[in-house]
Formats: sequence, structure tokens, C-alpha cells
Amino acid sequence: MATNKTWLIIQREYISRVRKKTFILSTILTPLLFAGVIAAVVFITVRNVRNEKVAVVDPRGVFKSSLESGEMVTYEFRDDIDTSNFSARGYSALLFPPQVGTNRSEGYQVITEKSLSRFANERIRKDISRALENNMISQQLKVDPKKIDSIRRSAEQTRIEPVKKADLGKGISNNFDLASGVGYVTAFLIYITLFIYGVMVMRGVMEEKTNRIAEVMVSSVKPFQLMLGKILGIGAVGLTQFLMWIILMAIFTGIVSAFIPADVLSQVSSARDQIPGSTGETSEALQNLAQARANLSTVNWPLVIGCFLFYFLGGYLFYASLFAAVGSAVNEDAQDAQSMTFPITIPIILAIIIMVNSINDPGSSLATWSSIIPFFSPIVMMSRIPFGVPDTVPYWQLGTSMLLLVAGFLFTTWLSAKIYRTGILLYGKKPSWKQMLRWIRQ
Amino acid sequence: MSLLQASNLKKYFATQRAVDDISFTVERGSIFGLLGPNGAGKTTLLRMITGIFYPDEGEILFNGKPFDPLRDVEAIGYMPEERGLYKKMKIGEQALYLAQLKGLGKKEAMQLIQEWFRRLEMESWWNKKVEDLSKGMSQKLQFVTTVLHRPGLIILDEPFSGLDPVNSNIIKDEIFRLAHEGATVIFSTHRMEQVEEICDHIILVDKGKKILDGSVKQIKQQFKEHLFQVGFEKAPGTLAHPAFEVVRRQSDHSAVVKIHDGFSPNDVLRFYLDQDAAIVSFHEILPSLNEIFISLVEGTPAARQFQTITD
Repeated sequence: MATNKTWLIIQREYISRVRKKTFILSTILTPLLFAGVIAAVVFITVRNVRNEKVAVVDPRGVFKSSLESGEMVTYEFRDDIDTSNFSARGYSALLFPPQVGTNRSEGYQVITEKSLSRFANERIRKDISRALENNMISQQLKVDPKKIDSIRRSAEQTRIEPVKKADLGKGISNNFDLASGVGYVTAFLIYITLFIYGVMVMRGVMEEKTNRIAEVMVSSVKPFQLMLGKILGIGAVGLTQFLMWIILMAIFTGIVSAFIPADVLSQVSSARDQIPGSTGETSEALQNLAQARANLSTVNWPLVIGCFLFYFLGGYLFYASLFAAVGSAVNEDAQDAQSMTFPITIPIILAIIIMVNSINDPGSSLATWSSIIPFFSPIVMMSRIPFGVPDTVPYWQLGTSMLLLVAGFLFTTWLSAKIYRTGILLYGKKPSWKQMLRWIRQ
Repeated sequence: MSLLQASNLKKYFATQRAVDDISFTVERGSIFGLLGPNGAGKTTLLRMITGIFYPDEGEILFNGKPFDPLRDVEAIGYMPEERGLYKKMKIGEQALYLAQLKGLGKKEAMQLIQEWFRRLEMESWWNKKVEDLSKGMSQKLQFVTTVLHRPGLIILDEPFSGLDPVNSNIIKDEIFRLAHEGATVIFSTHRMEQVEEICDHIILVDKGKKILDGSVKQIKQQFKEHLFQVGFEKAPGTLAHPAFEVVRRQSDHSAVVKIHDGFSPNDVLRFYLDQDAAIVSFHEILPSLNEIFISLVEGTPAARQFQTITD
């Protein structure tokens, strides 16, 4: 009978939220918005790369043969231009090489009306440095710089193929960038959802308290059932949303790849190996896509998704009950709620900081230990798992982390239930921490 | 066997002896009034009977067995003083949800809801939300959700507060009807005229202690001051007599007399008859519960003071 009532509460919490327009909209729009933002960022960055025209006043001809214009900066050698008229003539900068000496590394003046972008400045510095290098190569080594260039280009093609011992002979190479990307995205997703759904639980509890429905409810069910029903119901809402996102994402990628003919893809991917450093933007984009598709298959997706769901649920249960306790302790005052959620949000934020560290060095002791402690494990462990189980994350670590997280949420649920039971019926002043401790001891 | 028997209930909070050693018995099928000024401990007492609070000390017997909230909540309908409903939920769904939480099956609950909604003319509300209802309307809904699962014990905390006279009467009639059908009703209030009208038995609590317990009739008898009103056609000449004294004379030739100990109303009548005074009426003046209430809790500060509990 008791579980039956909890089930009724779960149903109500779930249905009342899933039916809301905001839920339906956010479920459908979030992936679209996400894709839109990425596209917009890429578009704006690409569009924002201006071509700067730089007038070079080089009476001694030091750069004449060696300073090459590029995509971002175009150099024109003019003797009829000076500081008074360069901007009127359509140049964004004026470059003066040093008046004396050869191949000096300093004394290059770049005069501008308004400051150039960071990228343009950096580009100019590199171009000058390269021009100097070419000058020195041809003057001191008496070699054609073009030859050196081709040597360097072929040397730059060097790739290492990190293969883990366990994967030897399977043709699987270890892709650090991809693993860290997947780790970053999944860990961040957990971070965001912990907040969103945790706060949703807190608001739900506060609503029940301020609407005074709490007393009606606890005359029918135990406060613990009420709290648990709410937490599980909202957790189910979260899972539903994830599921919808995964399905929508699959549909989107399906649509996108349908626009790229398969033979183009295979052409490009075979072409990549033959012509190193191929030119042309379109083919480069396609190449990246092909590369990405090849790489994606190296990740153990069932493991990553399985662990993601586990750590989402575990982390959610761990923190949601704490949020519920806070919701029960405060009244409608949003400020009180904020000040009391502060201690809960600190470990979550700390976890995100550790996660960034862990992405760069998933085997470090900081990453290892904090991926076992339940306060941080949902986020930090999720950032390590894509690097490989059981090599980067041994089974014992994963097992301990999972067990501790389960124990952790059982503990926080028990703890919160004690605060919740008293808090939900108490109106008036916000209780002090000391009072809440007394409720726990009761 | 009484339905509910509470003995020596105590509940202390950090700053209040909210309920301090209260015992009472509620008979099956009766309407039981729990009276007391604001902050006397009524709500705390009710919360213990409904299983929301555990008493610090004392025992509650429900149907002769120790009260077990898990088992017994379904036999109780509780309407708290602070009304509460889910504002965004549709009214029909809300009634169904609350009924199911009280252990009713979906089909049975639907049937009962429709029956109640028809009787209280709430049928058109089904798809409205609670936030669309006026205060009185949501009170009515709250009452229906409280009694829907046919509880043996109905506990109403200030059921009439905020209701207009028409709706007050509707609810009052429903309370009578439910009691008539065998339900036991406990309600707390501080409006005495309703108590006199409705309750069979009352207790009065003040500052966490019970100060009065009995049927309305008993209590009135207990607090009577032996006052009688005598109506005359024409005011008689002499009124003085050792058996009684005249408390006041009224403009319609009637007088209120107080009979001294050792004498009876007959002595008064005999005296006037002997005087040939034309008596048109004679009746006892019993104190109203309101007067008793005020005289008993007089001296209590209007707001209850905080105490320090040291134990």
C-alpha cells in the first residue's frame, strides 16, 4: 500500500511536468538551439576574419622577396605612403622595418589608426619572423628557403599513434582529443542537469509548503514518501528529456549525413591519406567530418552512455534530496533559498573545476580520488570514463565510485528526510543550521 | 467502546509547551468540539491525532487499538486550518489524486467525486484549475476532498473560517449529514455560536492544558448562575425576598433574579403568586458558551507568550 502511494505521487509529479508546454518546448528546442548556437559561433568567427591591408615602407628592400601575404594580412610595398596618409589610402596599418642593421629581431614598428585584432597582430609578428628566417636561410646557409619549407611540411605530418596495451592488434588507436571532448560534454551535461533538476525539486517542495498542501498530504502519506515521490518523479522527467534528446540528435545527424553522399565521404577519407595537407576549404571540412566519423567509432559508446545514465541518476539522487531538504526548510523567500543552497552548490562547482583538471590528466591522483568521492564523482568520473575502462579507470575505481555514490545518496536521502519531515510543516523564520541539526538528531 | 481515546498527550517544542498533558475521549458518531483561544495548542493536538506529529508522551487509542498512522490514516479525513491545494492542478484530477492517496480505487473515487460534485453543485468545475477558484469555492473543494473517502473520523480545523453564511450552512448541513450516517466529527473552532448549535461534546484548551470537558448541556449547567427571567404584565410593587435578589429590571416589566442557595425557582414563583402579580413568562438564563469561554480564558494574554522549556 505504501509503495502504491509513492507510485501515485511519482506519477503526478511526472505527468504534471511532462504535460507542461515549457517541457515540450525545451525538449524540442534545446538540441536545435544547441546546434544553432554552434553554427552561429562558427559563422561569426569565420565572418569576422577581416583581411587587413598593411603598407610596408621598406626602402632597403629587406622584405621584398621574403614577406608573403596570407589570408588574414596582405602586404603591399609602397614608398609613397607615410603615417599621414596610410588610412586614407585604405591601409589599416603601416609597417616600418628597422632603419639600420640586417635581420634584427626588434625595431619593427606597426603603426595603426585603431588597434588591430589580436589575431592580426600575431599574424604580422609571425610573418615577419618567417620572412627573417627565410632571409637568414638564403643569406647565411645559401639554401633556397622553398626547399626548407617542403622539408618542414613533410616533417610536420608526423603523427603518433597512441595505442593502449590492451588494444594492441585490434587496430584501435587512442584518441585523446576525442576522449576529452566526450568527457567534457558528458561531465558538463551532468553538471547542468544536477542544477536544473535539483532546483526543480527544491521549487516543488517550496510550492507544496507555501500552498499549504503539505499538511494535507502528510495526513495521507508519510513525509518520506512525499519527498521520495517528488524526487523520483522529477528524475524520471530528466531521463525522459535525455531520451528525447538522444532520439532527436540521432534524427538530426541522420538528416545531416543524408545530405552528404556516401561516395564523397569515402573519396575524401581515402584522399586524406594520399595528399597530406591538401588545400581547399570544402574538402577540408569534409575531411574533418570523415575523420570525426572514423574517430567516433573508437569510443565505447554503450559504456559511456550506460555510465552517463548511472552517474546522472546517482548524482541527481545524491543532490536532489539535499535540495529537497533546503526547499522544506525555507519559505517563499527566494533569498533564503539562495543562501541555503550555497553550501550544496559549492561541491558541484568544485567538481567542475576538478573536472577540467581531470580532462587534461585523467590518471592524476586528484582526478582519481575525486572520482571516487560521491560529492564529485558524478562529474569527475564521467570525465575520465571516455579515456577507457579498465585501463585509465580500473574496475576497482569504477566499482568503488559507484558503490560509494549509491551509499552516498542513501545517506543524503535519509538525512534530508529528517530535515524535510520537520521543515515542511514549519512556517515563519528560516531555521538556523543549529536547529536543523537538532531536527536530524530527533 | 469509544472511537478515540487520548490520554496524557504531551508535545513540547523549543519555546512552547504546545500540548501539556491533555486527555479526552471521543464517542463514536458524536460531534466533538475542540475549543480554545488562538495558540492554545488545538492544531498541535489535531496533528497528533492525525499522525502528523508523534506525541512526546501519552497514548492515543483508535478503535481500541494503539493509533498507527500508517494503518489508520485512511480512516481519517483531516482538513487543516491552513487550506492547501495544488494551484496548477485541475480540480477533478486533484480530487481524484487526493482520494487515491487515501486508498480509494480509481473507479470508486471517480464515482464518489461525481456524487459529491453533483450534490454541492460543483460539476462545472471539473476542468478548472484551483487558482481560478474563489476562496470560498476552494474551501468547498477542500471539504469535499477531506470527506470523500468516507472516513470514520473527520477532523476539521476551523471549517467555517472564510466562508459566507450560505456556504457555511451548506458545510454545516453536510457535517450533520455525515454524523448522521455514522461518522465521528472533531472540529476545532473559536466561534462559540456554532459550537452550541453543532457539538455534542466539547473540551476547552488554553495554554496547552484542558480546562473544560463535557457536553454542552452539562457545561452550561455547571456554569449556571441560577439566574431566571420573570416576565410580568405589570411590574409588581415589592420584589425583595430572602430567597432571591433582583439583578436587574427591564423596561418590558420583566426582571432578572438570582436565586440564593437553598432555594428553588418554585420559591420565586410562589412569592410572586402570593403577591398576585400577573406572570407572563418564567425561564432560566443559562450562560452562553461564549460567556463561559471568555470568563475562563480571561486573564490569558491575547497572544500566547513564549516560554523557556527546561527539561
